Amino acid sequence: MADYDEHKSNLNEPELHVGPEYAVAERDVSEVVTGEIVTGSSLWRDAWRRLLRNKLAVFGMVVVVLIALSAVAGPAIIKQTTGFTYDSIPKDTRLLRSIPPFRGPNGEFSWKHPMGTDIAGRDILARVLSGGQISLMVALIATLVSLVIGVSYGAIAGYLGGRVDDLMMRVVDVLYSLPYVIIVIVLLALLPAKTPTAQLAQLFFALGAVSWLTMARIVRGQILSLKNQEFVLAARATGVSTPKIIFRHLIPNALGPVIVYATLTIPSVMLSEAFLSFLGLGVRPPRVSWGSLAAEGAQNLAVYPWQLIFPGLTMALMLFCLNFVGDGLRDALDPQMRRD
Amino acid sequence: MNDQNGNLLSVTDLRVHFQSADGTVKAVDGINFEVRRGETLGIVGESGSGKTVANLALMKLIPTPPGKIVSGSINFNGADILKLSPAELRDLRGKRIAMIFQDPMTSLNPFMRVSKQLMEVTRLHLGHSKAEARAHAIKMLEHVGIPDAADRVDSYPHEFSGGMRQRVMIAMALSCKPELLIADEPTTALDVTIQAQILELIKELKAEIGTSVILVTHDLGVVAGMTDHLIVMYAGKIFEQASTKELFARPGNPYTRGLLRSVPDPTHNAETLYQIPGQPPDLAHLPTGCPFAPRCERAEEICTREFPPFVELTPNHHSLCHFANEVYTESSAKS
Amino acid sequence: MLRFIIRRVVVIVPMLFIVVTITWALVRLSPGNFYTGEKKLTPAVERNLREKYGLNQPWHTQYRKLLWNIARFDFGTSLKYEGQSVNQILWRGLPVSAALGITAYLIALIVGIAMGTFAALRQNSWIDYGSMALAMLGISIPNFVLGPLLVLLFSLTLFWFPPALWNGFASRSIVLPALTLSAIYIAYIARLTRSGMLEVLRSDYIRTARAKGLSERQVVMRHALRGGLLPVVSFSGPALAFLITGTVVVEKVFALPGLGNYFINACFNRDEPLIIGIVAFIAIAVLVFNLLVDISYAFIDPRIRYT
Repeated sequence: MADYDEHKSNLNEPELHVGPEYAVAERDVSEVVTGEIVTGSSLWRDAWRRLLRNKLAVFGMVVVVLIALSAVAGPAIIKQTTGFTYDSIPKDTRLLRSIPPFRGPNGEFSWKHPMGTDIAGRDILARVLSGGQISLMVALIATLVSLVIGVSYGAIAGYLGGRVDDLMMRVVDVLYSLPYVIIVIVLLALLPAKTPTAQLAQLFFALGAVSWLTMARIVRGQILSLKNQEFVLAARATGVSTPKIIFRHLIPNALGPVIVYATLTIPSVMLSEAFLSFLGLGVRPPRVSWGSLAAEGAQNLAVYPWQLIFPGLTMALMLFCLNFVGDGLRDALDPQMRRD
Repeated sequence: MNDQNGNLLSVTDLRVHFQSADGTVKAVDGINFEVRRGETLGIVGESGSGKTVANLALMKLIPTPPGKIVSGSINFNGADILKLSPAELRDLRGKRIAMIFQDPMTSLNPFMRVSKQLMEVTRLHLGHSKAEARAHAIKMLEHVGIPDAADRVDSYPHEFSGGMRQRVMIAMALSCKPELLIADEPTTALDVTIQAQILELIKELKAEIGTSVILVTHDLGVVAGMTDHLIVMYAGKIFEQASTKELFARPGNPYTRGLLRSVPDPTHNAETLYQIPGQPPDLAHLPTGCPFAPRCERAEEICTREFPPFVELTPNHHSLCHFANEVYTESSAKS
Repeated sequence: MLRFIIRRVVVIVPMLFIVVTITWALVRLSPGNFYTGEKKLTPAVERNLREKYGLNQPWHTQYRKLLWNIARFDFGTSLKYEGQSVNQILWRGLPVSAALGITAYLIALIVGIAMGTFAALRQNSWIDYGSMALAMLGISIPNFVLGPLLVLLFSLTLFWFPPALWNGFASRSIVLPALTLSAIYIAYIARLTRSGMLEVLRSDYIRTARAKGLSERQVVMRHALRGGLLPVVSFSGPALAFLITGTVVVEKVFALPGLGNYFINACFNRDEPLIIGIVAFIAIAVLVFNLLVDISYAFIDPRIRYT
């Protein structure tokens, strides 16, 4: 749901939070205390320092990196050591179906399946990690797609301005008020791609297509405010062409809110992919993602609850930490925009 | 009711500190002043001098997470405001002490009709019924010079012009005939022509109701015609205090002198406008000695070493400076 | 204001047109047909079926017919549910979904605003950190995980509520689904309320209110709340759009006979009239609701002037 910028308080532009009215007392004080001028490069260093001071964000980053690493390297390691993969069905299936965590076939304690097995006897830990691979990949690439579309669209609209800008933003408004996800559901349900790779590609684009709108608005807003500043005039005076101005000069300066929003888009897209997979529309067998694992687990909830709990909680943990990092980034980058 | 000296308000050793990322900011660092009944006191200083913080402290309006009134006493009519219970404090605010702020656009609730904002005060403190409060509100608006008051009383703040809004604020503040009115830079956000009108209005109402006034500003031109007594603040301290006439005629402090020189004199054909050099100090990291020393044209070695004494030049004129007497003599010679 | 409303209402028609066209195109472009089941039909039967449903006519004729019918609110009959008109199905499913959605959003408003206000008033206290952590949890646990977990705890272990049943709005069967659906909105609304209130509480006009001698409670209730809740109002517009997709998932988890469930099944069944009917309905609902939100925004903030 990162489409909605929480700090949007007027109807039209989802700007990042502009400072509240300070009590005069604080203003008196702060004008005196902060004497330095923040230059270009130290902006990022300042932001990084501020981010590091935020313990929650740091904790979030650590966990995110840990889970990401496990997802990337885990499946291979597990395959090497135990031979389990996300769809390896053991020979003696009856013995190994739906084993609870840390138990062996006869109820004795065993290290073999820390998360238990599913109804087909597959090791859930391996499945969760593989699912993580897919979920993360989809989230990152879909966010990238949405970034590329949104930033280009917003930058072009913002820079060209006038009627072109009006028209382009009108289109965004129209799209914003459509029940977009519903149409995406229809699309995914009715036009399944043939190969698993094509399926994934379709998913990237479908998810990216849903979330680029707010990014476009944010970028446009930034471009509009930067457009008339001096360095743009300087670039134009030396004859730099329009596309160059947009991509080389304006976009790097609009980067702050873009980074924040992109970081918040990742968990949102991950969630979208998950519920699409849950409904059977996203990642389909034999591939697994956290959403599809949750769907399977939900079916046998009463009897084998761990089949839902492990993928579900892993995903919740990941989203939890991603959101902390996103919030922390926003707090770290925002002071330059005079937030509280 | 006054205290023994006939003072309505008497502030003793007030200190207000703020916690910031850079350390403790001593916004107000030990000030003392009095306001007599019926008197107008002016508090002058640059931004960051602590003048606004001092005034907010008078009604305990300092935001307490970052700020804290560390010590001092504020004696109003014989009772120390800092020791009052929350209920007693609320009884005081708006009824016996009232405050108007710098920016009337942001100081009035944009979502609430002016009538409701005015009626709130009298219904709370004077026990008016809705009808009484409304009639009173209209009367106050007429009093402050808002045309068609009865029609416009139900408007929203953004439907008034800047000067009108400040009049509304004044009407609101004076609704309960307070004994003390604190005006924090009431004209800074207004056009020059409107400024004079507002100041005139405050003067008239003061005469009529008998309110004492504390007028806070950075603009010496404003205080000249309005105040009886002046305090000059810098870096959270009082640098000079005297009657207005005395201060303008015979300043006893280099800072005050600098301020007076900065007021452009249209009769004098100067080549450059005078400005006190340098910047106000970082209140979290004050230097030893006199806080004004880095910018003072008269500074000597002792000024950076020792904190200056609060010298009594006349019984009613004090200056915080190592060379107060010298500066005073020089000023007297000139005038 | 009136011209603004009329303009927005008028815009609904072309939007609907776009939505219906896109949906119809997607259905037509997709491989397979609604009658493609396990059995392969004989050519004769297939021809009859196509005749019956008018599928042999050229596409633009069918398209025109579709538009004409929709203009008269006639969405046709379902292809999968024998003999039931789409309107009938809409009529049946709507109360379920509406009850679920409205209850969930009301819970979210009440709990979220309360939580956010307390957090703002006691900034940096345990209440603040606690409720924001809870809010973060609400955003992070997907509803298809939370739902089953709630069922596990409250239905299968404690036996307080039925696991997957629908007895109507006033029964216990609405509790778990509504809670599941509302979780993420409680979270967002709490956060929005907190930041909105914090911003307002720092305003000059709140300082004025305090200087007038109002108690903290009066300051909050009379002065701060209105401005502080504005972000929540703006949020409600897009929130509805997401509420709809949330309803789809929750109805599946709890097996509720609502529009969401019908919609998903229609998609998998390629039940064209039902798909188009539900999508059209959702589009209208979203547009109307957004308009209502914008109007109420103008009522709350007197500075807004629509032309």
